[in-house]
Amino acid sequence: MTENNGLQPQQTKRDFLKVMLGGSLLAWLGTVLYPILSYLKPPAQAEAEVSSVKVGKLSAIEKDSGTLVKFGSKPVILLRSASGELRAFSATCTHLDCTVQYRKDFGLIWCACHNGKYDVNGRNVSGPPPRPLDEFKVIVQGEEVFISKKS
Amino acid sequence: MKPTLKKIYDWVNERVELDDLIEFMGKKYVPVHRHSVWYYFGGVSLFLFIIQVITGILLLMYYKGSEDLAFESIQFLMSKVHFGWLIRSIHSWAANLFILTTLIHMFSVFFEKSYRKPREISWLTGMLMLFLAMGFGFSGYLLPWNELAFFATKVGTDIAGVIPVIGKPIMIFLRGGEEVTGATLSRFFGFHVAVFPGIFTVLLGVHLLLVQRQGMSEPMSFENTPAGDRKTMPFFPNFLLRDLLLWLIVLNLLAILAVFFPWELGKKADAFAAAPAGIKPEWYFLFMFQSLKYIPGKLWIFDGEVFGILLFGAAGFLWMMIPFWDNKSARGEKNKFVTYLGLFVVFYIIIFTIIGWTS
Repeated sequence: MTENNGLQPQQTKRDFLKVMLGGSLLAWLGTVLYPILSYLKPPAQAEAEVSSVKVGKLSAIEKDSGTLVKFGSKPVILLRSASGELRAFSATCTHLDCTVQYRKDFGLIWCACHNGKYDVNGRNVSGPPPRPLDEFKVIVQGEEVFISKKS
Repeated sequence: MKPTLKKIYDWVNERVELDDLIEFMGKKYVPVHRHSVWYYFGGVSLFLFIIQVITGILLLMYYKGSEDLAFESIQFLMSKVHFGWLIRSIHSWAANLFILTTLIHMFSVFFEKSYRKPREISWLTGMLMLFLAMGFGFSGYLLPWNELAFFATKVGTDIAGVIPVIGKPIMIFLRGGEEVTGATLSRFFGFHVAVFPGIFTVLLGVHLLLVQRQGMSEPMSFENTPAGDRKTMPFFPNFLLRDLLLWLIVLNLLAILAVFFPWELGKKADAFAAAPAGIKPEWYFLFMFQSLKYIPGKLWIFDGEVFGILLFGAAGFLWMMIPFWDNKSARGEKNKFVTYLGLFVVFYIIIFTIIGWTS
C-alpha cells in the first residue's frame, strides 16, 4: 500500500488508460457517425425563389371555381367567386400537408384527407386544420392574371 | 433411407451431429387445449412472410424506383409481363393478410398472457416485427407512385413531423427533403427492400430460435393441471402437417383474392393535383386515422394532432412493455385488468376501423 488516497499506482494507471481508451472509442464513433449522419441529411437544393407566377387569361377562369396553380414547388389555389372576384391561397392544408380543392357544392375550400374546411377567405372553419391558409396576392393586368407572394 | 441419401446424411451427421437435432425435434410438442387454434397464426404469418420475400424479389426484376419510371414500370408489369398482374396482386394481398395474421397472433399471445416470463424477448421481437410490418406496408404503398400513395405518404410523414423537437429532422430524413418527391421514393424503396428486410430477418431469427429453445407457451390453466392430464401433440409430424395444410389453404385463398380482386394501380401521382375525395389510409392505419379526425385542432395548449400522436405512441409503447408491468401474470395469477384492457383495445380498433371504412 502506498499513499495516494489508498489507491494503488496501478489503479490510477488503469483509470488513465480507461479514459484514454474510452475517449478514443468515442472519438472513433464520432468520426464514423458524423459523415453517416451528414450523408443522410439531404443537401439543400438551389431552388429558384418564385415570387410571382402568371396564371393565364382572366376569361379562361370560370366563375365560382377553384384552380390549382403551380407556384414554384408548391400548389396555390386560385378562387374566382360567382361575382368574379379573385383570391388566392396556399393549397397546402395546414393540417397534414394534403392539397385542398374548391367544392362548389359547399362553397368552401375542402381537404379530402381529413375533411378539413376553409371558407373562401381561407379561414379554417371546420375539421382538424389548426390555422387559416396563407393568402397570396392576385394581380390582374389587362387580361392577364398573376399570383404573387404577399409582401 | 436410400443408400445414397443415407451416405449423405452420415457425411453431414459426422460433422454437425444431426442426430442431436433430430432427437431434439422429436421431443418438441404442442399443448392441446381449447385455445390451441391460435398457435397456427404464427406459422401462417411466417408463411406469408416467405410469400412476400419471393414475390418481392420477383417484382424487383421489373420495378424501377424513380419518380419518372415507377408508375410506368408497374403499368408495364401489370399489362405486358406474363403473370405480372398476378405477382403484384399476390404481393399486395399477402401484405394485408400478413398484417391481419400477425395482429391476430399478437392479440392471442396477449390474451393468453404468453408474454409472461420467460417469453419477454419473444414478445418484444414480435412487437418490433409488427411495427416493422406496418413500416413495410407504409413504405411499399408509395412504391407504385400513384395519387393515393403520394398523399398517404405526405400525411404519414407529416404526422412524424408533428412530434416535438425530433419530428422535423425525422420527417426530412424520411422524405429526403422538405417535400414528398422522387427523393422520398428512393428512400422508401431502400427501406422497403433492404433496411426493413434485414432488420426483420434478424428479429425473426431470434423469435423462431426462442420458440424452439423454450417450446410452445402453455396456457396458465396448465399450471393447475396434473402433468398426466395435460394433453399434447408431437410437433413432428402431427402439428407440422396441420400447419402445412393450413399454408396450402392460405395459398389458395391468396390465389382466389389475387385473381378475382386484382390490386388497382390508380392514377399517377401529381404534386399539383388536389387530394382525391374518399382518400383513406390502408385499413390497419384506419383506426388511428379516424381517431385523429375527432381530435379538435387545438386542445388546451397542444395542437390536437400532437396530442393524438403522442397518445398513440405512448399507448403502443406501454403495450409493447407489458411483460415488464404485468407482474400478476408473471406470478401465474389471473390478471383481469389486462384482459379487459385487451378487449377494450380490440373493440376500439374494430369500431374505429369500421367507422373509418364506412365514412
